Amino acid sequence: MPDTTRTLVVWCADWPVVAAGVPLDVPAAVLRANRVVACSPAARAEGVERHQRRRDAQSRCPEVLILEHDPAAEARAFEPVAASLEALTPRIEITYPGACAFPTRGPARYHGGDQALARRAAALVSHTLGGRAPVRVGVADGPFAAALAARRHRRAAPVARSEDMALVVPPGESPAFLAPIPVTVLADEGGPAGAALVDVLERLGVRTLGALAALPVAEVVGRFGAEGLRAHRLAGGEDGRPPVTAPPPADWTLVAELDPPAERVEAAAFVARGLADDLHRRLAETGSACTRLVVGAETEHGETHERVWRTEGTFSALAIADRVRWQLEGWVGGVDNAHRPSGGLTRIWLAPEEIVPAGGRQLALSTGGPGAVDPIEAGDRASRALARVQGLLGIDAVRVPEWRGGRGPGERVGLVPVAAADVTEPRPAARPAWVAEPWPGTVPAPAPATVHIPPLPVEVVDDAGRPVAVGGRGEVSAAPAAVAAGDRSGRRPVAAWAGPWPCDERWWDPETHRRRARLQVTTADGTAYLLVVEAGRWSVEATYD
Amino acid sequence: MIGGLPASAASVASVSASASAAAVAARVEPAASVSAASVSAAAVAARVEPAASVSAAAAVAARVEPADLARERRLPVLPPFEPLLPGGALRRGATVAVGAAPGVAGATSLALALAAGPSQAGAWVAVVGLSSLGLVAADALGVALERLVMVADPGRDRTGWASVLGALVDGFDLVLVSTAPTLRLRPADARRLVSRVRERGGILLAVGGDLPGERSPLRLTVTAAHWEGLGAGWGHLQGRRVTVETTGRGDATRPRHADLWLPDAHGHATPAEPLATPIPLHPRRLRHHA
Repeated sequence: MPDTTRTLVVWCADWPVVAAGVPLDVPAAVLRANRVVACSPAARAEGVERHQRRRDAQSRCPEVLILEHDPAAEARAFEPVAASLEALTPRIEITYPGACAFPTRGPARYHGGDQALARRAAALVSHTLGGRAPVRVGVADGPFAAALAARRHRRAAPVARSEDMALVVPPGESPAFLAPIPVTVLADEGGPAGAALVDVLERLGVRTLGALAALPVAEVVGRFGAEGLRAHRLAGGEDGRPPVTAPPPADWTLVAELDPPAERVEAAAFVARGLADDLHRRLAETGSACTRLVVGAETEHGETHERVWRTEGTFSALAIADRVRWQLEGWVGGVDNAHRPSGGLTRIWLAPEEIVPAGGRQLALSTGGPGAVDPIEAGDRASRALARVQGLLGIDAVRVPEWRGGRGPGERVGLVPVAAADVTEPRPAARPAWVAEPWPGTVPAPAPATVHIPPLPVEVVDDAGRPVAVGGRGEVSAAPAAVAAGDRSGRRPVAAWAGPWPCDERWWDPETHRRRARLQVTTADGTAYLLVVEAGRWSVEATYD
Repeated sequence: MIGGLPASAASVASVSASASAAAVAARVEPAASVSAASVSAAAVAARVEPAASVSAAAAVAARVEPADLARERRLPVLPPFEPLLPGGALRRGATVAVGAAPGVAGATSLALALAAGPSQAGAWVAVVGLSSLGLVAADALGVALERLVMVADPGRDRTGWASVLGALVDGFDLVLVSTAPTLRLRPADARRLVSRVRERGGILLAVGGDLPGERSPLRLTVTAAHWEGLGAGWGHLQGRRVTVETTGRGDATRPRHADLWLPDAHGHATPAEPLATPIPLHPRRLRHHA
């Protein structure tokens, strides 16, 4: 293949689990929006898989350790791996935390061939990781085939000798190597196509990359557009995009000077956010987008740190800002003392390395209604404001809702830090349809407008002033007559009440088992409360404000 | 992002535009004699055949309508709230106080239901200082959770509050802030915030009452609320009947009232039919029939 770059990909399996510091023989799963994004081999042996819901994973493997997805921590933990590969070549591209790639042309000749280079890379990385994670190396024509060579190798040889950790696909044989692989890999993390395209392909009977590559290119483009063309080229062992004829002009490098030097990553990341917006806008003005980007930083003592980031899609402004933050966190707050900078950051630069014509994001035509809001413009504005607020209050200060299963009003929607969810992308977990299963025993609608987390302790008494209890058969000892809200507001007489509704949850697990009963009351002033009793203690779970 | 016309000038433009359209419609109807064709819209009407007068006039009126800039500067609300607001929508750049009369609950639900209209129209909503907001209720009232962001309480830091709120009104079409005592905002910062909202064209909903030292030109208050569905040990909460009152200054001087279910049995906000007032039977008439 004349137009592909022979590439080496280093892939650390189950990186989100490894980055969390969990040994791989412990069953563990990393979740994002209630879905498994990664799991340890021990959990996989029990039947836990990617894209599963939390409860499905827990039902297959009750002792599974649940971890929250944290891309920033993963990137931080990956930094020493990328640094160790710098002994081979200065041009490391990080595809996503857990995988990085570099072209083999120079280093392979120096180290005596692809096979020797792959072994050397595998040895370097597994030395850095100290055996905490299995390392796989793939060499093939183009980053896509190389990444698959690294990933597909795992099942063939689960032995940890460096010769067995590498799979080298000889030059020109990438199409044959790719042919039997199912098309679902196109939709994997960092992959070029969406789940929708893969779904359609599978239903059309195109199940392997070989079958996709055998289709006439014109038909694929006619049916699936630019995304289909990219998938078709990759399946045929070519680069996803036609080769770029002109290198990007040098003046697209954007530099920001930080004065005073930034000691905290948040402060630098906020500046980087502005740079990213700027770069994205300038690229968009010329109708192009960036697919490979150099992010660099310099400290007041002259130490510099550069990394190449690559994506199969194109970088949005937010994605650029995320990469900068991950890189700075890995460098400034990293575990590797030898490479940590000794002073504050004074300069940050972004240099787009590979620029392609933008597939284009069609701005919505005005829907015509009065006061209609342009959704894309509004989303961009909101995410800029959020970056500013995160700079002021910290990353975790901004959270977005996600639906989860549950019975109580506070359990049905959870909040996740916005850093873990891209706000400008559609978020299916924020729609009620995300929780499709019924939850018998849910508190009936309408839901309360104020949910107290944690619940406010309260006393519920009957006519004679004795505390009301709920018995094992789910009956109240006496009709509640008054609610005494702690110390300040005194007793409020109960006007009407209903319940109790007992709720015995997770009785199979002694640690998370909860036995509660709920009661709705309205007090004489017309306010309604949802009361809950657990272990004999009453509290206000929610106020119908 | 939004046209540079200040709100007052825009509303003047809208009045004159719709007035001229009405004049055109009136003049075309009787005969072909259009004498005082001074406005450009009237010049269009002059070419209209007299026979097709009514539909043509309507067409002209439709063509004149896009000049109504004030409508572009509004965000829609749910239908039950249209009669409560001047112009039937929330004006961009406004700071609205949403509260409840003393001893009455319902400010949070009212704020969420008000936010639902803009949220469904594509606006992003930021919530500050309401960490115990019931998000299931927000969804049921119509707020799109995909475009809702909860921002942590900046704590006791006064400058933190001012800069966080300032950043949010820059980027969000709608910001909900609680005016509970946890809000730490100096009156000077509150004044600056209100003018920043006016400049940026977002909407600030102050949940619980006015911002410190401010008196909002538009206030929505729950004046009465009554829950239904609960008995002495039976039933469950089915809905709350509330009376909402709008007061304020300017075009909101005339108080408006509306009876609503907030929420109804499904958690939505719906208009409530006015309660029938019982007709007192006259004692004398009773006797007469007897």
